Amino acid sequence: MRSPTRLDEPPRGRFRWPFAGSGRRTVEAWLLLLPSIVLFAAFTHVPFLRTFVDAFHSTPKGRRPSHFVGLDNWVDLAHDPIFWKALTNNTLYALGTIPLAVGLALAMALFVNGRIPGRAALRMAYFTPTVLPMIAVANIWLFFYTPDYGLFDQIGGLFGLAATNRLGDPSTALIAVMAVAVWKEAGFFMIFYLAALQQIPPDLREAAAIEGASRFTFFRRVTWPLLAPVTLFILVNAVINAFRTVDHIFMMTGGGPDNATNLLLFRLYELGFKFWDQAQASALTVVLIVVLASVALVQFVFAGRKVHYR
Amino acid sequence: MSAVRIEGLTKTFDGRAAVDGIDFEVGSGELCVLLGPSGCGKSTTLRLVAGLEEPTAGRIFVGDVDVAHLPPKDRRISMVFQSYALFPHLTVAQNIVFGLEVRGVAKAVRAERLARVAAMTGLEPYLARKPNQLSGGQRQRVALARAIAGEQPICLMDEPLSNLDAKLRAEMRLEIRALQQRLGMTMLYVTHDQIEAMTMADRVVLMNEGRIEQQGAPADLYERPATVFTARFVGSPAMNLFPAAEGAGHPVLAGVRPEHVRLVEPTAGRLVGRVAGLEYHGADTVVAVDAEEGVAFAVRCPGRARAAIGERVGLAWDLAHEHHFDAATGRRREAHFTASQREPVTA
Ligand SMILES: Nc1ncnc2c1ncn2[C@@H]1O[C@H](COP(=O)(O)OP(=O)(O)O)[C@@H](O)[C@H]1O
Ligand SMILES: [Mg+2]
Repeated sequence: MRSPTRLDEPPRGRFRWPFAGSGRRTVEAWLLLLPSIVLFAAFTHVPFLRTFVDAFHSTPKGRRPSHFVGLDNWVDLAHDPIFWKALTNNTLYALGTIPLAVGLALAMALFVNGRIPGRAALRMAYFTPTVLPMIAVANIWLFFYTPDYGLFDQIGGLFGLAATNRLGDPSTALIAVMAVAVWKEAGFFMIFYLAALQQIPPDLREAAAIEGASRFTFFRRVTWPLLAPVTLFILVNAVINAFRTVDHIFMMTGGGPDNATNLLLFRLYELGFKFWDQAQASALTVVLIVVLASVALVQFVFAGRKVHYR
Repeated sequence: MSAVRIEGLTKTFDGRAAVDGIDFEVGSGELCVLLGPSGCGKSTTLRLVAGLEEPTAGRIFVGDVDVAHLPPKDRRISMVFQSYALFPHLTVAQNIVFGLEVRGVAKAVRAERLARVAAMTGLEPYLARKPNQLSGGQRQRVALARAIAGEQPICLMDEPLSNLDAKLRAEMRLEIRALQQRLGMTMLYVTHDQIEAMTMADRVVLMNEGRIEQQGAPADLYERPATVFTARFVGSPAMNLFPAAEGAGHPVLAGVRPEHVRLVEPTAGRLVGRVAGLEYHGADTVVAVDAEEGVAFAVRCPGRARAAIGERVGLAWDLAHEHHFDAATGRRREAHFTASQREPVTA
């Protein structure tokens, strides 16, 4: 018996190329697609392929054109201590900011999802940092961190603490810029958690309460597992952001002091646009892409089995 | 001793009473149905008993303990929700033993209860499935199984069958009633469907606008409705009501059930009317008749009725089957009505 054709399935049978066939309609279809194909190719696909190719070639210098060098660029990169410093920094940065931002986001979402007075205003307040451009956020925090006059030192001064230059001290600078990222990201992730929490029917909580579950048990046994798909989504985004958002580094530290806040993407900018070392920059780009792609892949493969999608 | 006793229970939402000072009791091992039209406060009453709402006033006894201010888990109740409220990420088995696990029941006991409850509800083949891999009827069973597994003395159900198709609903009525009797559970069952109430209940508590209209055995409500509301709500098609002759200054409504009315020659009946419609049910036919003074009558005739639409017919019944209500208050009038001075029917 033939099974009925479903709308979400392509018709079975002989494979057809999209737009295969002849006539004016096919031409029109391709013409309609042309603008977006051109844009995508010009600004995404071609540069990506060019970068990949460049990573195997030397940087052209003066009259010496670029030539194939195999894996030399990566060997050089491996011998660059600043690359390793940036990689270590970025790993610490990711490990420090992601759990904090996600944990804070979940806590805020649970809080403003409850029956509390003024929760609309609270949701707004928590979300505000997301709306601000990172440059503006960096400026606000720059003021917070200003020695003597900044918010932190003024508060510390009330308790008799001495002025500190948190951004100027290599031992605290990385933590200082991480705090900015947590502050900015948490509100954004909260919105996803809040949306997911509102999808959970309230009668599940009531059923669990009748069955004897405490609030904590309900969270552990029901809410948290039901939030798993959102958590996965947030984690993937958080990892990407941890390697991608460096605006505040430009504003606050310039990667210093002594590369204490140098992150991979910032290093990439330095190599590519300060030192014009195209070969090293390309090699680093490929490293960055491989790192991000494999982290995302691991997250999906590892978590995908355990996550319950509704 | 009654298993559940409600005294003066009141719940107001923003100044409006959803439940307005009700009293009733449920005997141990009884199935008590809270019946009433949508919005009359049945669910609110059940949620008050469950502890999901705080009462504005009144007391709720389970056994002889006033539980009105205890958390739900300490009230010795289980509940089946209209939506079933199954945990979507847990398997059927995990759903059923959720409460036992949370309450720290030993693993061996859990396994034993699961096996027993699954056998009772016919869920054995589905224990490893997730709720979204089940049909509506199977989900209903899981909710039921979860309620039974806790072995609480009292089970609350809020319109548990309303999401099922008619055939399944009829099956589940019998099954729930059988389970309840077999396990000796005390059950408080909410429904707006008077057929469910009539077929399943030991006692029916009929509610209207937050108050109790009448309570008693199903047959009491059917045979001796205390008010016009009860008379119209219980029974399908509803009791025929028509203004009767006034006795001693009291306007009176008379009522007679469709199955007690016979179609006779136009000259032989107590009322005369025209056939307006025929509804064939197989075992019987409900004939709609437009009687004098714009009164619509339903007549239940056995088998296939031989009336034709537009035909003039007489409506006849035994006086013993007539109910009388005070037209002003809607209350039943017990004193035997003498004013019905129409000619007796010659059958
Ligand atoms: N949480 C609530 N807030 C405000 N009004 C409510 C709430 N729950 C129920 N009500 C009102 O109380 C009345 C009774 O509702 P309910 O008990 O759900 O009726 P039903 O008999 O259909 O189950 C309705 O008028 C409803 O609008
Ligand atoms: Mg209801």
